[in-house]
Amino acid sequence: MPRVSFDTIIALASGSGRAGVAVIRVSGPGSAALLKALLCDLSDVSRETPLPKPRRATIRTLHDAEGGFLDEALILWMPAPESYTGEDVAELHIHGGPAVIEAVIAAALKTRLCRIAEPGEFTRRAFDSGNIDLTQAEAIGDLIDAETEGQRRQAGRLYQGEAARVFEGWRGLLISAMAALEASIDFPDEADIPGEIDLAALEPIEALAVDLEAALGDAGRLATVREGFRIAILGPPNAGKSSLMNHLARREAAIVSPIAGTTRDVVEVRLVLAGYPVWIADTAGLREASDAIEAEGVRRALTRAEEADLRIWVSDAADVSHETLASFREGDLRVLNKADLLNGDSPPLAGDEDVFVVSAHTGAGLDPLERRLAQLVRERLETDEAPLVTRARHRELVEEALAAVERGLEGARIGIGAELVSEDLRLAARALGRITGSIDAEDLLDVIFSQFCVGK
Amino acid sequence: MHSESFDVIVIGGGHAGAEAAAASARFGARTALVTHKLSTIGEMSCNPAIGGLGKGHLVREVDALDGVMGRAADRGGIQFRMLNRSKGPAVRGPRTQADRQLYREAVQDILREYSNLTLIEDGVEDLIVEDGKVAGVIGQSGRSWRAGAVVVTTGTFLKGLIHIGEKRIPAGRVGEAPAIGLSDRLYGLGLRMGRLKTGTPARLKSSSIDWSGIEMQAADADPIPFSFLNDRITVPQIACGITWTSAEVHAVIGDNLHKSAVYSGAIAGRGPRYCPSIEDKVKRFADRDKHQIFLEPEGLPGSEYGDTVYPNGISTSLPEDVQEAFIRKIAGLERVEIQRFGYAIEYDYVDPRELTPDLGVKRLPGLYLAGQINGTTGYEEAAGQGLVAGLNAARFAAGSDPYILDRSRAYIGVMIDDLVTRGVSEPYRMFTSRAEYRLTLRADNADQRLTEEGVKAGVVGSKRREAFHVKRSSIDTARARLEVLSLTPNEARAHDIRINLDGKRRNGLEIMAYEGVGFSKLREVWPELSDVTPQVAEQMEIEAQYAGYLDRQEADIVAFRRDEDMRLPADLDYRAIGGLSNEAKEKLSSVRPATLGQAARIEGMTPGAITAVLGHLKRVAKKSDKVARG
Repeated sequence: MPRVSFDTIIALASGSGRAGVAVIRVSGPGSAALLKALLCDLSDVSRETPLPKPRRATIRTLHDAEGGFLDEALILWMPAPESYTGEDVAELHIHGGPAVIEAVIAAALKTRLCRIAEPGEFTRRAFDSGNIDLTQAEAIGDLIDAETEGQRRQAGRLYQGEAARVFEGWRGLLISAMAALEASIDFPDEADIPGEIDLAALEPIEALAVDLEAALGDAGRLATVREGFRIAILGPPNAGKSSLMNHLARREAAIVSPIAGTTRDVVEVRLVLAGYPVWIADTAGLREASDAIEAEGVRRALTRAEEADLRIWVSDAADVSHETLASFREGDLRVLNKADLLNGDSPPLAGDEDVFVVSAHTGAGLDPLERRLAQLVRERLETDEAPLVTRARHRELVEEALAAVERGLEGARIGIGAELVSEDLRLAARALGRITGSIDAEDLLDVIFSQFCVGK
Repeated sequence: MHSESFDVIVIGGGHAGAEAAAASARFGARTALVTHKLSTIGEMSCNPAIGGLGKGHLVREVDALDGVMGRAADRGGIQFRMLNRSKGPAVRGPRTQADRQLYREAVQDILREYSNLTLIEDGVEDLIVEDGKVAGVIGQSGRSWRAGAVVVTTGTFLKGLIHIGEKRIPAGRVGEAPAIGLSDRLYGLGLRMGRLKTGTPARLKSSSIDWSGIEMQAADADPIPFSFLNDRITVPQIACGITWTSAEVHAVIGDNLHKSAVYSGAIAGRGPRYCPSIEDKVKRFADRDKHQIFLEPEGLPGSEYGDTVYPNGISTSLPEDVQEAFIRKIAGLERVEIQRFGYAIEYDYVDPRELTPDLGVKRLPGLYLAGQINGTTGYEEAAGQGLVAGLNAARFAAGSDPYILDRSRAYIGVMIDDLVTRGVSEPYRMFTSRAEYRLTLRADNADQRLTEEGVKAGVVGSKRREAFHVKRSSIDTARARLEVLSLTPNEARAHDIRINLDGKRRNGLEIMAYEGVGFSKLREVWPELSDVTPQVAEQMEIEAQYAGYLDRQEADIVAFRRDEDMRLPADLDYRAIGGLSNEAKEKLSSVRPATLGQAARIEGMTPGAITAVLGHLKRVAKKSDKVARG
């Protein structure tokens, strides 16, 4: 019997990891509205956004809510019932970088028209609708296999990870707070259990709300992957910073001239290194400025230097003694430029791993620099020390937990019943439990019995 | 040899047995209840009380399905109290002390009303098994009876062993022999078994207690009946006493801990953490200088048990002399006479993971188990299982599909699902915190949740059905009226109801969602609502109070049922499923979950494992489809 699905789900349907093409699949009654929202071109709001013709591959541009460019995508629009799940389905074939995938899914979630699919949910909906034609099914069977295996591995990784331990820790906080509430509900005759809501028991939950918020606001890796890795090029005037950037970007983004102090503002170019988006900022030369405009440029350069994920100090190979205003930081790279003017002398510091002797003019020595940059970007973005909330599914569940925690805390403050505060904490614990897969009332009882002397 | 035959035979006359026999009879099955002593049917062998938190929900659900316990408690209850009265409606727990004699007689009277139920006095020696199915039972008297299905509710009688200090007495209950032959049959089936323990306190002579200094706790002024069929309680109500242990009491216990059966190592079974013995409390919570004791009379003054008091809170397995010594150090009990000493009892139980959610034994079709034999404790837990087992035995005998209550429908469903999915590691007792849909599964709405279902399942009689239909239609009418009646914010303010001045009209239900607005306020606004009965008004108030929460929970329940509707074949070969860890294969093979939802609730099951099972089902369906198409 076909069942009604109430909501619309979205997920990456292709495997994780970098690939040429990634497929994001959307299913449910809100698919058409979601597709329209992503296709909507804000520069021409007068026209109604048309949906692609059903079952015809169509190239369209995806935009976020602000009208910003997301990606050029191949769209397949498959209205119900002739789709995998039997519901309205859209497939977005996009470029396969993690940043693109995350950005598209994040933009879709932001419309509030959909939520992240549970593991296996597309398959389950296909089952539920009874819409799968079993005679075609060799191919579908293989698809399910792939989905299953991928999810099994994914679950395994989650269980081992640091993130899982943190999620479990948070859930533990919720469970102990609930235990205090539940003990007052289930053992009201017991003398040492407070009858009213014990606000002190909720103090750790106030702290948890802050942690959840911080995790969601974490600008760490997820944001870096989505927004790009930031490299700042710094150094004294006329050291060749702009030339270096132009060489890396392979286009004339910054004006290059032999006059010191030509770059008075920050100039940025976007390029791709190691498969990740990277912004390279060329800054004003760091020196005692001779006029107000240049001083402002230096100030901006210093700000940019502070925010950058990686800094490249450029100096004249013949003049490395030049002191700069901002101090050199561990992990920064040094580039000694104008090697072509050295007449064969070896500059000081050469031979150090993170010192590169180059000539932006001739291109000599730039390849090792580019390789090192790519390596660093990869290391920083692919490290195992991932920020807590990396996957969009996790983000959604942490958001759900935070909303429930805030509702419960607010309820406790205005004095609603313990059973309602506990319900909100339960929903929060369940949301976190769904990340790692463990949800259990028995956990709660364990805490009650270990903390309180209960039982007649 | 006797050749009489029945559709269903129930073994045991405790709370599970009585409910099982009655449910089977209501279904229309020719039913026999066989127990070694007819006079002890409905006996309260431990504390003289029915209901409590979570347990009160179970009683209401049993009643909503037309069971015995609620009606009997209304006839035997001598101290009705609504626990958590000041808390929200979802966590209130109806409870009453019961006069043991009145309660037992009420149960026996109700059972005698079923014309198709025969009560037989005999011990059961063995089951008759034919062609791998249960076919009847053999009595200790040598008589035998044939049956299409058998329900076993033998409580603590499986290898029961009583401990008092160093004394050990094989027994099911004080003064009653354990069931040995039947045990051997159950062991012979190769079922996984475990050992549990529980305890009971000494019984005190009421007239030897110095009540003068003891704080008394009265019954509620307006006792609320358990049964939806009753609108008031006519039994006289009594008060209970509250006293405390002291440092002196603890010292006596502490000095003699090594003599306790629990601490001497004589007991292997695990006891309930929520019902610790007094020696446990003294040892584990050494910082506490006193523990509460409720002095609960076992009967009305002047009745059979009128002079007996159950001291709730000091169950023990210490030797008699130590019991006497520490009890007499308790305030008010200095000169108390002990009528019977407390003891611990160890017994075998069947790992409930051997059961399907209809409480049938997987390995022996037609055999059903209910009550303590499944690792639970408590009359109410036993009654809930008894009802489900009795009904399903009758349905099995009649060739009907099993009737299953899931977690989203009833506390009974939560309990059975916990049992058959997770097994037990201590005697299982119901708590409201076990029910994730607690706000929806309330004691007050048990009839609305279950009575109509019970009618469909064939376990609700016509009297109950008609009473329910009357109540339901008055609730529907009241709801419809409240949806039509409405106020603007200004009109509401004229009645002292503070609502945002947003110009929106709000109907009666929406207005009641505001803090401090009850049905009585609506009656002030609309006098025509004065004909709504208090029960119906209460339902309206609760629905309004929980409005947003109930909607969220409903969405949860929809998702839950989607997995619950995905049935797993009983013969599914989990070892053949790719992508499952060995641990997951082991657990799934051992529990054999009935649904995908149940599989997901097995301890330690991962989302990945569940997806693998789903994928496998899909492939199997594909193959069988190919075969079918030939």
